[in-house]
Amino acid sequence: MDILLSLVSQFCLALGAFLIFSGGVGVLRFPDFYTRMHAAGVTETLAAGLILVGLMILAGWSLVLFKLVLILLFIMITSPTASHALAKSALHGKLEPFRQVKQEGE
Amino acid sequence: MRYTVSIFTLLILFWLGNSGHYSTLLLAMGFLSTGFVVAVVRRMNVVDHESQPLHMLTWKLLSYYGWLFVQILRSNVDVVYRIWRGNDVLSPTVASLTMMQESDIGKVIFANSITLTPGTVAMDLENNRVLIHALTRNSIDELQGGDMNRRVAQLEGRN
Amino acid sequence: MLAGTAIALLVVMAMALIRALLGPTIYDRILAVNLFGTKTVLLIAVAGFLFGRPDFLDIALTYALINFISVIGVLRFFEYSNAQTDGKGA
Repeated sequence: MDILLSLVSQFCLALGAFLIFSGGVGVLRFPDFYTRMHAAGVTETLAAGLILVGLMILAGWSLVLFKLVLILLFIMITSPTASHALAKSALHGKLEPFRQVKQEGE
Repeated sequence: MRYTVSIFTLLILFWLGNSGHYSTLLLAMGFLSTGFVVAVVRRMNVVDHESQPLHMLTWKLLSYYGWLFVQILRSNVDVVYRIWRGNDVLSPTVASLTMMQESDIGKVIFANSITLTPGTVAMDLENNRVLIHALTRNSIDELQGGDMNRRVAQLEGRN
Repeated sequence: MLAGTAIALLVVMAMALIRALLGPTIYDRILAVNLFGTKTVLLIAVAGFLFGRPDFLDIALTYALINFISVIGVLRFFEYSNAQTDGKGA
């Protein structure tokens, strides 16, 4: 059972590291600010979650687990707020989206 | 009254979880500082249904977040695939959408869900329209299908 | 694997710094700084496990709070003061 748990934790950490790295590549590679924001979003949802879940499995039942859950909740609540504030202020700062295609209607 | 009780319980749990020391002195200090914070937020008049939407805490909310988790998983895979494929597979789109929700908290949950799923970001909210920037046209089409919109609107319930 | 994750986090932090230096708009820089901040939180948490000192998690939690507040604060400052320069300055 212990071996299985540690395998799962290793897997979560490895996948999280890969996703984080992909997000970093996206931030460097994407053509404009708005698209880079989506790449940053990848690292803040699933990748952060996977790394923290991997650490939670390592921690076992203790206060450390509670703190990790708290950090995860905090990232999940604040990251959309920060992205929205960033997008909104870029929009008000008259930053034109790259290859913008207007779609009217619902 | 129940909002005061709920914020007090929440803060006490927060203290207990973060402290890890359970001597009488430290517990008393925790109790005192929690009481002080509750007094301050009551004076600020922010202890109400807006800061603590207790009426939203139902099983429906839990199942909605389960569904949202699956959506987040799917769009993460999609965005990572597009990162490695390069800029040719991108079709950045801006579109606005009508929100079906009536209450403020419903609109906030909807806009937050849009932003939380990678590939779509809610840029601006006015009245009942939300302006969205998406990495690809597909994800805009999916949002315009209205699945997420309807689910959040059902979450509100009528009370 | 903990060490591997820590190295990946450091590499991504370096990438964020490169994006912050390249710009080109002020919003790219704020995005990069925000990314750097959240990765720091994760790095502190991973380092706590790597060195066997879970107390580091308290620091990670505090850092998460400060990072969020600082990004929001900087954005409030730029949202309205930078409109006439098309966000191209700085």
